[in-house]
Amino acid sequence: MNKTKSIDQALEYIKDGMTIAVGGFLGVGTPEKLIDAVIAKGVKDITLICNDTAFPDKGVGKWVVNKNVSKVIVSHIGTNPETGRQMNSKELIVDLVPQGTLAERVRAAGAGLGGVLTPTGIGTVIEEGKQKINVDGKDYLLELPLKADVALIKGSIVDKKGNIYYNKSTRNFNTLMATAAETVIVEAEKLVEIGEIDPSDVMTPSIFVNVIVE
Amino acid sequence: MIQDKDRKREVIVKRVAKELKDGDLVNLGIGMPTLVANYIPEGVDILLQSENGFVGLGPTPKPGEEDKDIVNAGAQPASHVTGAAYFDSGMSFAIIRGGHLDVTVLGALQVDQQGNLANWMIPGKMVPGMGGAMDLVVGAKKVIVAMEHTAKGEPKILKQCTLPLTAAGQVDMIVTEMGVLNVTPKGLVLTEIAPETELGEVIAMTEAEIIVADDLKVMEV
Repeated sequence: MNKTKSIDQALEYIKDGMTIAVGGFLGVGTPEKLIDAVIAKGVKDITLICNDTAFPDKGVGKWVVNKNVSKVIVSHIGTNPETGRQMNSKELIVDLVPQGTLAERVRAAGAGLGGVLTPTGIGTVIEEGKQKINVDGKDYLLELPLKADVALIKGSIVDKKGNIYYNKSTRNFNTLMATAAETVIVEAEKLVEIGEIDPSDVMTPSIFVNVIVE
Repeated sequence: MIQDKDRKREVIVKRVAKELKDGDLVNLGIGMPTLVANYIPEGVDILLQSENGFVGLGPTPKPGEEDKDIVNAGAQPASHVTGAAYFDSGMSFAIIRGGHLDVTVLGALQVDQQGNLANWMIPGKMVPGMGGAMDLVVGAKKVIVAMEHTAKGEPKILKQCTLPLTAAGQVDMIVTEMGVLNVTPKGLVLTEIAPETELGEVIAMTEAEIIVADDLKVMEV
C-alpha cells in the first residue's frame, strides 16, 4: 500500500466544515507545508483542535489570519492577537481548554474511552455545564473525548510505511492527534525507506497514518 | 520598602530559589519565574520541566547555537541538559497532574487568603487562555506564586479573588518584594518580611487579612 502522495492529493481529504486536529506547540512541530496548502485551497469553516493558535505568521495562526477557521478548541491564544480580535468581534468561536485536559480528551478519543476524569478546572469557570464525579472523596470533572475528521501531523523522520520519529520538543501533541482522527496525514521533514527507523524509536506506529507527504 | 523594579525582581526570584530542594522537579512559569533558574543555590541539583514536552530544560542558547526543534513553553529557543528526556503532551501532563512535579512557580493577577489564584484572564480585556496553568496549579505538590506585591499601587493579595480563577485553594506560598506569605488553614501567615520594609507597609499594601508569625524573620536574599 503506497501512502506517499503529493500535497495536492493529500488535500483531497480536507473539506469545508471539517474538524481538523493539528500537531505542534506554538508552531513547533506543525506541518507548515500542509498549513499553507489548506490556505491556498481556500478551505473554510474549519473547527481546529490544536494546543494554541500560534503566531499570525506561523503554524495554525495563519489559518486564523486567513479566515479558514470558524472555531478553535485550544488552550492558549495569547501569542496571536488576531485570534483575540476575531473572538471579540464574534467572527471566531474560541473554546479554551486547559492544556492537560485537551491532551487527555484527544487521547481518550484515540483510545476508545468515553471520557476522562480530571481535577483540573474544579472551582473555576471550566466546570460549568460539566458532570462532577466524586471518587474516593475527591471531585473530578468528566471531560469528553475530542475526535477529528483529519489530523495533520509533522514528523521529523517518517518511513514510507508511515512510522514516525519526532525530534526533541516537536513531539508535543503530534502523537496524540495521530490517534484521534479518521484520516491522518503526516508531513515528513525527512522521508526514509522502510526499516531505516529502528522499531524501538518509532513514536507513532504506521498503522495510524493514512497519507505521507514530503 | 523596595522601590526599584530590578531590585524587586531580584529579591523575589532569589527567595523563591531558596525553596527548591536537591532532586526537585520544578516548572517555572513564563516571565519573572523563569529567572529563578539563575539563582539555584550551590549544591542543589534540580530538574526543570518544560510543559511542551521535556524534563531537563537548560539555559538559553547563544545566538547562532539555537536548535529549531528545542523551544521552551513560551516558544523561545532553549536547550536541554545532559540527562534530559523528551516526551509528548500526554506524558507531560501526566507528570504535572499525577503528583510527580515537586514545585511550580507562577505569576498572578490576583491571589487570595484561601489560596485561590487568578492568572489567566481579565474578562473583556485580556484573554490569553490558561495554557497549562490550571493543570500545573492543581497537580504540583507545592505551588509558589512569585509576583510584585501590588499592581500600579493596588493590592493583588486579596480577601477574595474577583477575576476568574485558575484554581481554587491550591496556592501554598506567596513570595513578593515585601515578604513571604504562607497559605494555612488559619489564613495567610506572614513568615518573612523583606529588608528595608516595615510591617505597616505590608499590611497597608495587602487587602487580605494577614496573620503575622510569632517568629517573623527577615527575608534572606
